Amino acid sequence: MGTVVRDYMIPANDFTVAGEASSRVRKILTQLGVSPDIVKRTSIAMYEAEINAVIHGNGGNAHVEIDENKIYIRISDEGPGIPDLELAMQEGYSTAPDSIREMGFGAGMGLSNIKKNADILDIQTEVNKGTTVNITVFFNRP
Amino acid sequence: MKIHEIAQIIKAEICTRNHDPNIEIYSACSADLMSDVMAFSKSNALLLTGLINPQVIRTAEMMDIKVVVFVRGKKPLDSMISMAEEKGIALLATDYPLFVASGKLYQNGIRGRGE
Ligand SMILES: Nc1ncnc2c1ncn2[C@@H]1O[C@H](COP(=O)(O)OP(=O)(O)OP(=O)(O)O)[C@@H](O)[C@H]1O
Ligand SMILES: [Mg+2]
Repeated sequence: MGTVVRDYMIPANDFTVAGEASSRVRKILTQLGVSPDIVKRTSIAMYEAEINAVIHGNGGNAHVEIDENKIYIRISDEGPGIPDLELAMQEGYSTAPDSIREMGFGAGMGLSNIKKNADILDIQTEVNKGTTVNITVFFNRP
Repeated sequence: MKIHEIAQIIKAEICTRNHDPNIEIYSACSADLMSDVMAFSKSNALLLTGLINPQVIRTAEMMDIKVVVFVRGKKPLDSMISMAEEKGIALLATDYPLFVASGKLYQNGIRGRGE
């Protein structure tokens, strides 16, 4: 199997399509015969990062590379950035407004949930520049 | 428990048509916060919720949830029904509130993971 590469736009504040990129990637992994447990962990990590880009990052894009050993996902936005990443990683910390809470998000669980499900998580963020979340999941845990 | 048995117990309308009627449901979770559903790693095939928007269906897809029950008389829009049908997720709607619907299913043998 060669490397599968995909790029997706993540529109800002559009809740009807938020999660579409994660949904596509999930389908690809399933078609490739990746085990359901790995598909689920990848889906959770990518979906949380995608929703964050929609809610907090003014939208952005997703770049995905799949080879026979792993999936690498890069979600980047040019939003406000995260001033204190350590604080943002804590469960329960959220700056989401009430309008987002009414949609069922904004509990401050996303980043820690990404960390729990990814094998490698690397977040690059700069205030007023944007945020890039790099996620790797191995198909056979090393 | 099959979908039609669940529908009977909580007097729910089945809103989707093309789901697999033979899936067996053993466990469920009830939540209005999708963040909580995402963070709860145990797999449950059934979600009961008072929240009604397309993200509920997306979240269900990501979490391998096969059946979503909307409580307290909320009815999914046609756009949500077709989205769920495309993903093979069944949507049910009941007039019971969340606690009562959950209790009735528990009483009939559906359990939560992690008890
Ligand atoms: N892409 C991003 N751009 C700017 N800020 C972000 C971004 N991602 C996360 N944050 C900040 O980090 C906080 C915590 O993020 P996290 O995903 O853990 O929680 P949340 O999105 O607020 O709620 P939940 O994920 O539970 O729905 C956010 O409230 C926000 O302040
Ligand atoms: Mg989040």
